[in-house]
Amino acid sequence: MANSAIEMPARLTPARSERTAWQKLKVSSGWLGFWYMMPAAAILILFLAYPLGLGVWLSFTDTKIGRAGVFIGLENYIWLWEDRVFWTSVFNTILYTTVASAAKFVIGLYLALLLNKHLPFKALIRAAVLIPFIVPTVLSAIAFWWIYDAQFSIISWSLRQLGWIDYNINFLGDVWNARWSTIFANVWRGVPFIAITLLAGLQTVSPSLYEAATLDGATPWQRFRHITYPLLTPIIAVVMTFSVLFTFTDFQLIWALTRGGPVNATHLMATLSYQRAIIAGQLGEGAAISTAMIPFLLAAIGIAWYGLQTRKWQQGGSNE
Amino acid sequence: MASVQIADVRKAYGTTQVIHGVDIDIDDGEFVILVGPSGCGKSTLLRMIAGLENISGGEIRIGPRVVNDVPPKERDIAMVFQNYALYPHMTVAANMAFSMKLRKAPKAEIDERVGKAAGILGLDKLLDRYPRQLSGGQRQRVAMGRAIVRDPQVFLFDEPLSNLDAKLRVQMRTEIKELHQRLKTTTVYVTHDQIEAMTMADKIVVMHDGIVEQMGAPLELYDRPANLFVAAFIGSPSMNLLKGTITAGGFETDGGAGQPKVVWPIGNRPAGSDGKAAVFGIRPEHIQLDDNGLQAEVVVVEPMGSETQVVVRCGGQSLTCVFRERIMAKPGEFIRITPDTNVTHLFDAGTGKRIVT
Repeated sequence: MANSAIEMPARLTPARSERTAWQKLKVSSGWLGFWYMMPAAAILILFLAYPLGLGVWLSFTDTKIGRAGVFIGLENYIWLWEDRVFWTSVFNTILYTTVASAAKFVIGLYLALLLNKHLPFKALIRAAVLIPFIVPTVLSAIAFWWIYDAQFSIISWSLRQLGWIDYNINFLGDVWNARWSTIFANVWRGVPFIAITLLAGLQTVSPSLYEAATLDGATPWQRFRHITYPLLTPIIAVVMTFSVLFTFTDFQLIWALTRGGPVNATHLMATLSYQRAIIAGQLGEGAAISTAMIPFLLAAIGIAWYGLQTRKWQQGGSNE
Repeated sequence: MASVQIADVRKAYGTTQVIHGVDIDIDDGEFVILVGPSGCGKSTLLRMIAGLENISGGEIRIGPRVVNDVPPKERDIAMVFQNYALYPHMTVAANMAFSMKLRKAPKAEIDERVGKAAGILGLDKLLDRYPRQLSGGQRQRVAMGRAIVRDPQVFLFDEPLSNLDAKLRVQMRTEIKELHQRLKTTTVYVTHDQIEAMTMADKIVVMHDGIVEQMGAPLELYDRPANLFVAAFIGSPSMNLLKGTITAGGFETDGGAGQPKVVWPIGNRPAGSDGKAAVFGIRPEHIQLDDNGLQAEVVVVEPMGSETQVVVRCGGQSLTCVFRERIMAKPGEFIRITPDTNVTHLFDAGTGKRIVT
């Protein structure tokens, strides 16, 4: 007993000065949290930040496949500035994104409103709406490729049978036809995502709000305009940001359908970048095209962020 | 303001009938409370008056007009919902102004009416807030403000206080009653809380399983419940109901085998009812301590300060008593009790109907 009384302080002192990492973990939740965060941070840095940085760096070099490049400053960008094909691809990307996103929003919202009603076989219809979303993009692109085929197109065939046209429509061979056709395919594929997300948003709106508005004298349109739409704006902002980002960077659908043709009429920035960098081997120039997409994407995110920020009623806030 | 007539109203969902022919007359300016347990059809009936549910049979009149096929917005009614149904993206002022904005009322009129309603409810300082920034009681007031601004023929309340805590509920009860005394608008109010019904109503309609059990002034229901359901439902703590038979000496309870027969004194005995099986009803507050009374074993004593609630066993049956006196008896001890024979009740054992004495 006498010994332990003397030993005890001696045991404690070294433990306090040399706290091991394990002891730190046990007492400090901040220290623990830091380590929990590390795997995610490592993955993000390794697979997102590093390639992005490398891509931006590549765009300032004249790297080609098989040959390490040297720093050439803005030369790639100066070349692109004078490149008509690049500007066509910028125009195409903006057209593609604007028209397809707007169409997807309108159709998606309409479908969501429809599916939110008490329909017979509701679950079945909801599942059916998701089909375009779960089919792999390349498969649906190939299906569209057949639908748009110059000789075997089912649309041309049907219209001919009806006697409305007497020659096949050149869906993918004509400049504007090809643009509208690819936009249509993108809309078809993108609508379910928006419809289902907005449907989820609609279901969070309390039915009693509609009842209250009905008693307040609101017509169905006014109920949509003053209740549904404002309550849905936060989710619209999120879903449309995603939609715009995905559409702007679309590659698979265009590559499977037209490879940017005819005469670069459907080249998007993503497909042009791939063609220059991987097919032609001009890694530096391709990287410059990819990097040129960043300001557009940042602008899209900025708009969405601004849209989310201005909704004061949602933030709650203090009672002051 | 208007009267409301409900005549033989029925509601069925498919083949399931939930309201079986209800008749209620509501006078102009009256405060009527529909009360009953969950699923008794009271909310459904209210929503039928509002026009949120269609009417399967019968007729509802607001004023002189049959409204069965009149859309909700033309019925000139305003409703306060259980969850308040405030528009979360609108300020308090915009919430109250919404109905007037929809019918394109001039801005000056909107401001005046909203200002007046806010003044009545003490919401002046909150007009720029969003519902999210309000407490439960404030939201409740905004919901009422939205109804007041409309200046409707009829106010409908659907369990408006059930989301509030007990203290606030008592306070809002008084406020709603005051508001009604001030505005004198015909009001139909649904609740499952009989205390709310007793304290606020001009007329209570007790509903059960889609029918009206009894209708009348609160004290009328308390003093002369028409049947066992109303007897048990109205009053707190609820009425003691003892099974037994009417005899020459009073009411003989049947507590089961091995239990002593206890004879309760009753007031006026209905003629020719000796030996009839019946249910004897006595409210806890109508049982008194009496040295010559019946012997009862104390089971639980609940001191409330102003009164004492005691659960006793008497003749094998359990009873709740409320005494003004402070009871010092411990569980297991005996006290002597007697009913106030002026206010005892008898019900037919078979039909449950009140036996008129």
